[in-house]
Amino acid sequence: MGRSDDIPGRGAALAPSGVGDARARPSTIDAASAEDRALIARLLAGDEAAFAGLIEEHHGRLVRLARSFVKDQATAEEVVQETWIGVLNGLGTFEGRSALKTWIFRILVNRAKTRGVREARSVRFSSLGDPEGDGEPAVDPTRFGPHGMWADPPRRWEDDTPEAVLLRGEARQRLEQAIEELPPRQRMVLVLRDIEGVPAEEVCNILEIAETNQRVMLHRARSALHRALERYLEEE
Amino acid sequence: MLTCKELTELVTDCLEGHLSLWDRVRFHLHIGMCRDCRAFLRDRRLTIQTIGKMPADPIPPDVRDELLERFRNWKPD
Repeated sequence: MGRSDDIPGRGAALAPSGVGDARARPSTIDAASAEDRALIARLLAGDEAAFAGLIEEHHGRLVRLARSFVKDQATAEEVVQETWIGVLNGLGTFEGRSALKTWIFRILVNRAKTRGVREARSVRFSSLGDPEGDGEPAVDPTRFGPHGMWADPPRRWEDDTPEAVLLRGEARQRLEQAIEELPPRQRMVLVLRDIEGVPAEEVCNILEIAETNQRVMLHRARSALHRALERYLEEE
Repeated sequence: MLTCKELTELVTDCLEGHLSLWDRVRFHLHIGMCRDCRAFLRDRRLTIQTIGKMPADPIPPDVRDELLERFRNWKPD
């Protein structure tokens, strides 16, 4: 426990879970930005609009992340509310070694882990480091010929920007459903990396997994979403 | 020579900057010659960008009010 800004715990309800910073290393790639620091100054000065902006921006994202740790929406909401209290309690000691967003995610993950342990019905963190399953191939193997070349190659998608894809019918719902169906650890990695843009090194720190496992899970998760999107865009 | 099938399994390592020099050379040689894999790589990138743009649900108004109330009573130390 070297980083005082890792754990915001103060008060019994927010006691540090004791996990989460065991592997913390100093990181410069993800340090708090000037905007983060300005926002923290406003929060510490009691600026309500600043806090409203913060929760409006992040609440839904935090619930989405929490959903990969706990089984139901109501518990996810509770974990996120506990996270906001943790953020307020810890703000005075935030040192800005990571981005504010990453720091908030770390608090959430620690809260969610504690909750998971207490309820013993969510992801088992003892096995967090093991990649899940034997690993489905990235692409259905029947799409390749005997020499590993494409037999059924990718067809041209009509859309070539993310905005256009998201505007297309049910693309967003299909992706959300595919995320929902991911095994929990793949889902955590995908949400942190590709939805929230947390750097790989920070994701490994937050989830306490090895870099290689992080990449394996990211590969499987991205492949699953790629397959889901392709299926949808080609049936359209 | 890298096969298309192998390339689809190396794509994340490539995008993450984790290929060895030799694999990177093989990857790029293959991409340079194979239109189908270029399409695969383009679609993979678009998938990742699209995931990054998915909006989250807004905060429920009652939760927002409750948190703001808490903020008003909060004293940083």
